[in-house]
Amino acid sequence: MTDRISHNADTPLLRVDSLSKSYGPVVGCRDVAFDLWPGEVLGIVGESGSGKTTLLKCVSAQLEPDGGAVQYDTRDDGPRDVYGLSEARRRLLMRTDWGIVHQNPRDGLRFGISAGANVGERLIAVGERHYGDLRAEVTDWLERVEMDIGRMDDLPSTFSGGMQQRVQIARNLITRPRLVFMDEPTSGLDVSVQARLLDLIRMLVGTLRIACIIVTHDLGVVRLLTHRTIVMQKGEVVEHGLTDQVLDDPQHPYTQLLVSSILPV
Amino acid sequence: MTEPAQQPLTGYNFAYLDEQTKRMIRRSILKAVAIPGHQIPFGSREMPLPYGWGTGGIQVTASIIGKDDTLKVIDQGADDTTNAVSIRKFFAATAGVATTERTTEATIVQTRHRIPETPLTENQIIVYQVPIPEPLRWLEPREVETRKMHALAEYGPMHVQLYEQIAKYGRIAASYDYPVVVNGRYLMRPSPIPKFDNPKMDNNPALQLFGAGREKRIYAVPPYTSVKSLDFEDYPFSVESWEHCCALCGSTDSYLDEIITDDRGGKMFVCSDTDYCTQRQENGHFGPLGSEAAE
Amino acid sequence: MYVAVKGGEKAIDNAHRLLAEERRGDPESPEVSLKQIDQQLSHSVDRVMTEGALYDRELAALAIKQARGDLVEAIFLLRAYRTTLSRFGASEPIDTAKLLIRRRISATYKDLPGGQVLGPTFDYTHRLLDFSLVDGTEPEAAAESDGDPDTPMPRVVDLLNQEGLIESEDADDDTPVGDVTREAMTLPADRDVRLQMLARGDEGFVLSLGYSTQRGYGRNHPFAGEIRLGEVEVDFTPPELGFPVTLGEITVTECQMVNQFAGSATEPPQFTRGYGISFGHCERKTMAMANVDRALRARDLGEDVSAPAQDEEFVLYHVDNVEASGFVQHLKLPHYVDFQSELDTVRRLRADAQARQAGVAAE
Repeated sequence: MTDRISHNADTPLLRVDSLSKSYGPVVGCRDVAFDLWPGEVLGIVGESGSGKTTLLKCVSAQLEPDGGAVQYDTRDDGPRDVYGLSEARRRLLMRTDWGIVHQNPRDGLRFGISAGANVGERLIAVGERHYGDLRAEVTDWLERVEMDIGRMDDLPSTFSGGMQQRVQIARNLITRPRLVFMDEPTSGLDVSVQARLLDLIRMLVGTLRIACIIVTHDLGVVRLLTHRTIVMQKGEVVEHGLTDQVLDDPQHPYTQLLVSSILPV
Repeated sequence: MTEPAQQPLTGYNFAYLDEQTKRMIRRSILKAVAIPGHQIPFGSREMPLPYGWGTGGIQVTASIIGKDDTLKVIDQGADDTTNAVSIRKFFAATAGVATTERTTEATIVQTRHRIPETPLTENQIIVYQVPIPEPLRWLEPREVETRKMHALAEYGPMHVQLYEQIAKYGRIAASYDYPVVVNGRYLMRPSPIPKFDNPKMDNNPALQLFGAGREKRIYAVPPYTSVKSLDFEDYPFSVESWEHCCALCGSTDSYLDEIITDDRGGKMFVCSDTDYCTQRQENGHFGPLGSEAAE
Repeated sequence: MYVAVKGGEKAIDNAHRLLAEERRGDPESPEVSLKQIDQQLSHSVDRVMTEGALYDRELAALAIKQARGDLVEAIFLLRAYRTTLSRFGASEPIDTAKLLIRRRISATYKDLPGGQVLGPTFDYTHRLLDFSLVDGTEPEAAAESDGDPDTPMPRVVDLLNQEGLIESEDADDDTPVGDVTREAMTLPADRDVRLQMLARGDEGFVLSLGYSTQRGYGRNHPFAGEIRLGEVEVDFTPPELGFPVTLGEITVTECQMVNQFAGSATEPPQFTRGYGISFGHCERKTMAMANVDRALRARDLGEDVSAPAQDEEFVLYHVDNVEASGFVQHLKLPHYVDFQSELDTVRRLRADAQARQAGVAAE
């Protein structure tokens, strides 16, 4: 476990308040509230259909909720309601101070352009116009995610799933975001590849002090990466606390069931 | 070279389009001038020439032309290409205006794929025929999305494309229809002119109007407006150059067409701008083949 | 030699003369008259009027003659002529319930008020070349109907609507109707604009798209509720009079498709509609149009948009054959300035590549 982050600010980085989203009669998530502090890593766990991905999408401005608020402590203006921002500012926020790592690399990468262009795109979008500098920065980030630099001009489709996720991570971190959302970043990968990718994520998130919200069904991922954990069932939060506490001394029967069904990490 | 004004064709309104339609197009033109480089939708009409053959340019010209105008029409820089002849004849017939091949004598120049070598003046308007007005079209096929990208000035993907070209080829490989930013704001397609002509658009004294008939868009670059070709600081924009001079007039700074002269690899290079080439020859400038012909 | 490369006025004039000569064909054979085209190639005239967006049988026949039977070219000629016509105003909406029926069939009901009227149709003919037409044998006289021509023929969708089984479509008189011939289409487009684009759209393209919905690309379970062909009066209200006067009558074909709809939390299940209409007798076109119209309503009805026929931008931007034909064929125009530019780039890139290879070899 990484050390707890000491908060010196009074304002959380992200404040989620009574957030709800339903699809017709089907509840996506209901009345969810939590705070996220700078550098803190939060896990959201639950079975498929528990509403964790809906919650992540609502929180990360990808899906407008029916009710509730998402407030983010912006660099320039302090805390602002994410859905109250103009579209221009929201899009800028999403490609500078935020990152989103998707479960399926096809959702997070552009498959028509090279790995290097994928990684460099956000820098270009915020105004980098020097090819040499751009190239150097892209190279640096690909090295940080332990990619073979000789392949930076290849298309993402020529890479393995684990490598695609590394490119996705580099693409997001190049603008040094303060908050990164990850939706099942390691599922669908071989166990050994998963372990190495998780190590990488833990190292990067720790050294860069990035706050992170990770959605996963894998309690092993939660134990390895997160400080705090939210357990969801049928769209509602049933348990919320420090990760060690939640996993070692689960209070809610559903959490107890989840914990008892996993293999020790 | 210059044909005087004549009686227009009976049975049709002056310059073919009815006055209400012309007014509608002029309103779009005014809006386009007010927002340089921004594409304005307009109610493009069916014209007696096919879409893709200059209907946008023709409608713009028809809306701005008056009885006293002198019209020049070029395609690929030449006055004598089939499409240019056809459009020139169309206006000679429907508007009865004077036509010319001389750039300096024209008040309106309608063009496909070139900007004349002879510098334009404040008293001239150049009308470009545009096949695809949207510079982001090959990156994003959806109009709803490209409109949003323009609104938010999200032009990063265009530079990503240039990045890819440099990474792959060691240089920017775009050669014509090379994207530009107008007045520091809107990304614009200059129409398929060679990038050789891009610098001529910048700060040009003439009003530049762009008409896309099939896509129903008009856009404009007002006189003396900045037009910057996209590039990277360390890979600056550059234009085509030739090792040869024009075989007829000897020009070394005009855009040259390559002409295959036989099936054994023989070729010659001549000015694409026929008027410019003719003027130079009349003023005693000759290239290697031009001087032979003159003797 | 240089001038020859640039084409030239004289060559164009000569080409036009040759075209006119070839259009006429062998002067020994009698020239086809506009009346003959109108009467004997009437489906061609119908299509040209529909996609040319101008109801004038004689002008359509002239366009077909001038285009040597090339219907897309004829449509183009008619559209270009249409541009030059001044507009006095818009007619009152035609009422197809009052159609003087020549053909009326429903695939949803075996019998219905007014009955099934087959009318002139290829449907049940054997597609065998009829060699009796070679010499022009006069056909047998058609049987006369003994039915009462005033029998009411309510529209099938109106019958369904009485029971609330199909969605209502109440015209909103306050919203102005779009006009794709006057204003550039903007997206997302409303249904009035979509229907105009489809009605003027290329029959082949609309047919294939309509077909694709039936093959599962945007399936919407169509039933041919009703197809009707007949004559209807066109009324116009001159502003100075303030009451409608009849301008004349036109022939139209209308298809109302009845489609399935699952219903939602707030609305009970109801059939939905797809609509097609044409000038003259263009049955295939109106049916396909109704399929595509319904497919394009996917977004409005909250359905998943995944198939080409449901993709408004794709359909509406490519449905017009005057636009499509022009742009595809513009590739015949000279592009040598652009090509020169590409040549220059490719040569430089090749030179760079060769230099790099030489450098590698030297190491």
